Amino acid sequence: MYYAGIDIGSSYTKAVIIDDDGKRLGAAVAKTGINFDEAAKTLFNEALKKAGLKKDQIAMVVSTGVGRNNCSFAQANKPEISCIAKGSYHLHGASCMVIDIGGQDNKVIKLAADGRQLFFKMNRKCAAGTGSFLEEIAMRLDTGTDKMNKLAAQAGKSVPINSFCTVFAGTEIIHQIRENQDINGIMRGIFESVVKRTLEMAPIDDTVVLSGGAVATNPVLIDLFKEKLEQEVMLLEHPQDVGALGAALYARSLQQGAPDEQK
Amino acid sequence: MPAIESTKILKQALTGYFQSFFDETVPRQKVAWCTSVGPSEILTAMGFKVYYPENHGALLGASRASEQYIPVANAAGYSPDICSYLTADIGAFKKGETPLTKAYGIPSVPKPDVLIYNTNQCREVQDWFAYYAKEFGVPSLGVFSPWKVDDLNEDQISYVAKQMQSLIPPLEKISGNKFDIDRLREVVALTKQTSDLWSEFLGLATARPSPITFFDGCIQMASAVVLRGLPVAVDYYRQLNAEIKKRVAAKTGAVPKETTRLYWDGMPMWGKLRFFSDLFERLDTCVVASTYCDSWIFADFDPADPFRSMAKAYTKIFINRSETHKEKVLIEMAGKYGVDGMIFHDAKTCPHNSNSRFGMPQRITKATGIPNLILDGDVNDLRCISEEQIITAAESFIEQLTHVPRNARA
Ligand code: SF4
Repeated sequence: MYYAGIDIGSSYTKAVIIDDDGKRLGAAVAKTGINFDEAAKTLFNEALKKAGLKKDQIAMVVSTGVGRNNCSFAQANKPEISCIAKGSYHLHGASCMVIDIGGQDNKVIKLAADGRQLFFKMNRKCAAGTGSFLEEIAMRLDTGTDKMNKLAAQAGKSVPINSFCTVFAGTEIIHQIRENQDINGIMRGIFESVVKRTLEMAPIDDTVVLSGGAVATNPVLIDLFKEKLEQEVMLLEHPQDVGALGAALYARSLQQGAPDEQK
Repeated sequence: MPAIESTKILKQALTGYFQSFFDETVPRQKVAWCTSVGPSEILTAMGFKVYYPENHGALLGASRASEQYIPVANAAGYSPDICSYLTADIGAFKKGETPLTKAYGIPSVPKPDVLIYNTNQCREVQDWFAYYAKEFGVPSLGVFSPWKVDDLNEDQISYVAKQMQSLIPPLEKISGNKFDIDRLREVVALTKQTSDLWSEFLGLATARPSPITFFDGCIQMASAVVLRGLPVAVDYYRQLNAEIKKRVAAKTGAVPKETTRLYWDGMPMWGKLRFFSDLFERLDTCVVASTYCDSWIFADFDPADPFRSMAKAYTKIFINRSETHKEKVLIEMAGKYGVDGMIFHDAKTCPHNSNSRFGMPQRITKATGIPNLILDGDVNDLRCISEEQIITAAESFIEQLTHVPRNARA
């Protein structure tokens, strides 16, 4: 049997299709836009195509993400933190701290050796430290995040940003540019602020695995997490899809009637 | 969720109370404004009609009128970072409007002859009342309580009791009435009765399933706050408790399929009561108890020693206790109500009643194994509340609780 997970996120929608062994057969991702259900349908079809499957071969669809209630063809939905936890454990298979940096929010999730979610923290209601912060800054600087990554990677050291607030951080950056500070360092400082905001959320006391759209597209973040934590961090496979994968895994266990997931 | 029938009577009682401020068929009684945990018994005993601006604040929040009024106060120099009861209340006053008109048919807030505050809850009340003292040209008198007390000592009790006694001469002058200690004993006895019945009501939530939720408590507490010291409050809670006891006997849960029980620490988010009660009901979760509703239990009240017992009870309120004491109370409450998890509301504009800021949730979870969830929000300022974030966090929390051995069931 085959299962699908659809993660309708604030910025992007992701679809993943798996088989009974949890093997990923097809996936698709695109901007969410304003019609959640439409986006979900399109990506579901695209993922099906990649997997070489037909709709009626899918035993169950589970949705997650902010738009989880807007997915007309999902038989169930699950909170995104639970899906990220499930997807991460499936990929990592050991106790860990998951750091997920998405478009609108960041999560730190602690998983036990058997995959149980022990606790989670979400960022406070502010864009600072999230994917949308990076996009906002890129827009203000009239550049792209890929260019920002390139410059930041060449920096010797970061020019730090202190502000908690996205708007103030933007002003700080403009000020640094005006002062002719090293541009590469400024770029690195922008990414470093994302890492700092995240590490303020909860103590990190286990192996770190990274997921989420922002880490998928901003490789500098991985280096910076390593540097700040002074430990190895692992990037999960297809980091942007981890939530969708988790939803597909929920679909599998719900279909198979796992008792703890019958809610 | 089945509606509580007695609420209709509560509404009548509150309507009667508010309309009586404007009753022209009887000679006008002097009006005192009082903080919600201020010494209102003294005022009632001296013949004042007592009005509580915080109750007005809560009504502004619950009716969501606060959204219109907070910005008015902000623009006038009252920061968006200070108490949103205060900003909503002052904003409404500046606009000359009040939700009391719609709710209880009165034209405006009743005009005060004196304002009485107690700093046991926070410093905000002093400056809040100072605004009105100036507006109405009336005195604002305060009781300054020792802050963040651990175990209360004799000196502290005397310090507060003396201040309460020293209110008498100015109040005699303002009211034109002579103070009568026996009348005060009567009022203290009535508050004590109200408080005992209120405590009984809240305690009914120990039943499984719980017949009431925290959100019911937020509505039902109006009588314990506003009508305390009056016979009508006693009558009301007798009736209410009889109704809820029937639910307990019939095993009727406030949340029909109660599978998870939570504790709520901190203030309610007034404009979101319905949102929260729907959300938790959908998640088969009952928020069974709270520190907030418990704050109007004044076990120490004693008609035999009115001033000292009032001093004790009002200084010992939860919000005014040390972190160590609060922690002890929360752990006891979690055990008493058999909760599976604890929610800490971090209210942006009420630091005094936000107990997640000095590591308490983490310490309690470590000591008890009961997981916690901190929700960012606010008392009245909807600009500080993100429903979507709350839904994601609450759903994930409930899901997480299915992964840990339940406290009460383990
Ligand atoms: S305790 Fe909090 S909500 Fe109440 S008056 Fe003080 S600051 Fe405002």
